[in-house]
Amino acid sequence: MFADYLRIAIRSLVKRKMRTYLTMIGIFIGIAAVVSLIGLGQGLRIAITSQFGILGTDILSVQASGTSFGPPGSGAVTPITKDLIDKIEKINGVDIAFARYIESGTMEFNDEQAIGLAVSVPEGDKRKIIEKMLNLKTEQGRLLRDDDTKGVVLGNDFKKDDTFGRGISSGDKILLNDIEFRVVGILEKKGSFMFDQSVLVNEQSMIDFLETDEDEVDIIAVKVKNEREIDAVKERIEKLLRKERDVDIGEEDFEVQSPQAMLESLDSALFAVQLFITIIALISLLVGGIGIMNTMYTAVLERTKEIGIMKSIGARNRTIFTLFFIESGLLGMVGGIIGIILGMIFAYGLAAIGRLVLGADLIQASIGFNLIIGALAFSFVLGTIFGVLPAIRASKLNPVDSLRATK
Amino acid sequence: MVKRNHKPIIELRNVWKIYKMGEVKLAALSGLNLEVRKGEFVSIMGPSGSGKSTAMNMIGCLDVPTKGHIFLESKDISTLSESNLAQIRGRKIGFVFQQFNLIPTLSAAENIMLPMIFQNIPKYERVERARKLLKMVDLGGRIYHKPTELSGGEQQRVAIARSLSNNPEVVLADEPTGNLDSKTGRTVIDFLKKLNREEGKTIVMVTHDESIAKKADRTEYLLDGKIVKTLKNSVKKRK
Repeated sequence: MFADYLRIAIRSLVKRKMRTYLTMIGIFIGIAAVVSLIGLGQGLRIAITSQFGILGTDILSVQASGTSFGPPGSGAVTPITKDLIDKIEKINGVDIAFARYIESGTMEFNDEQAIGLAVSVPEGDKRKIIEKMLNLKTEQGRLLRDDDTKGVVLGNDFKKDDTFGRGISSGDKILLNDIEFRVVGILEKKGSFMFDQSVLVNEQSMIDFLETDEDEVDIIAVKVKNEREIDAVKERIEKLLRKERDVDIGEEDFEVQSPQAMLESLDSALFAVQLFITIIALISLLVGGIGIMNTMYTAVLERTKEIGIMKSIGARNRTIFTLFFIESGLLGMVGGIIGIILGMIFAYGLAAIGRLVLGADLIQASIGFNLIIGALAFSFVLGTIFGVLPAIRASKLNPVDSLRATK
Repeated sequence: MVKRNHKPIIELRNVWKIYKMGEVKLAALSGLNLEVRKGEFVSIMGPSGSGKSTAMNMIGCLDVPTKGHIFLESKDISTLSESNLAQIRGRKIGFVFQQFNLIPTLSAAENIMLPMIFQNIPKYERVERARKLLKMVDLGGRIYHKPTELSGGEQQRVAIARSLSNNPEVVLADEPTGNLDSKTGRTVIDFLKKLNREEGKTIVMVTHDESIAKKADRTEYLLDGKIVKTLKNSVKKRK
């Protein structure tokens, strides 16, 4: 019988299209706000998580402060020297440490030029470790070997025609800072530009051919033996660096961070933003809910006669309640559906604009199944909660009096 | 011709309905006694304010008396809850109103099916019965029409069809011709007559039109909430 009641409720809503839409606006603005902002927040989290590249609870990164993960910024920053790596490795609790050089330069292929970011891969035993840590796998060709002095492994995005008008495949020759390199492999797609647009070159090749200064290490990645000791190890590294670089506590010109900790601080910042937005959205949903209540009370007044008729032909109080209850639930749920669609359009639209303007996947939207189902259930519940009182009012109407009503 | 049963299907025993208007008490019914036997066609006449509609509401289980008893098929309904009354209305009673009272958003067939939905009758049966009933009131071609697309007479015939959807014992008609011109009114009354004769339905009709009232087997005259006169009509004999 539910299907029949549903049909009757839909008829009543469709009959009063304008009011139905106006009532739903309150709901769908709120739902759209929640969906798009949570979606963008989650997308941002995914984007940032993958930017770190190295992620693990047992990894620390050491870099001169002032620099970002990009190419070295201001010249005033005292660079991290290569000799520190050996010293760090001798610290109690450190498993291994290696340098990562990042160098920007020109790339040329198919007679077209672009700016690229070359990232170093250490030689020897450390290569295996970093390959494992970053979970590097190739889709074409193979990963770098120690003897690939002029070899390069490219991210998956270079397979596409976008950058050079023609996709690159393994075996092709490209120019890095006007020096010819052979593409030995193409990485699997990872979904983050850090990987998909990466240009991996052996450490020694970067120093030999790409004018990378050996004593300007961009990041030292440190793997600790035991992740529970990560804070103690961090302090030991900081102590060493203070001594080596001759700075006092509080005046450090370097940073030792664990990506995990950074992610956590990001999460808490993101959480604060999302909480704030959610509260605003909840207020808007509350107002929307009151709108539903108002509409339903009006409907009860307006359909008093109809209620009387239904009661005279055998509708019980429960039946009338159900009819109105379904109607308000539908108002909520349809409002929710529109809200979810709008929210998705907004979030993905913003992500697309971000991609166009920034040329990178920094703004991502991720609207999961859970978020959609949650929003849908929430809007339905909202509709029914605010529909309960009007529905009770409708069901309690006296049949004789309501039949006498003019409308 | 259906054989008439002498056992009353409806019995009102000393029924009072008193409305409180502030301090003033107003008796709409003051000790009404009425018996309707199965298969009878009874009309109730009286000036406005005489308690006709209140009596109708009592018989139709829309309202309960302040005092007294109402028996429907020997069952006392004067003390039942609204939920039980609704069940009785849905199963045993069919209403035909002066203002037709169809649901405007539903088609003719859907209006007829609505009382069946309330009684949880399966869909195929509902559709089948609605079609038959519409045919019976000569509206077989108006299944999908909304009330606003039908004339007054057609709407009232849909309402009659609706009153029969759960095959009730009793059909209550409250001024069924009040909103119709006399010619259309007569066809509507003819349908009620036909129901009474061919289907053996018990019909109670409120009207203030003497010529309409005479179509019934018997006319009860109501004044100040009491029956003041009973008249046996001899329509059939005159033929």
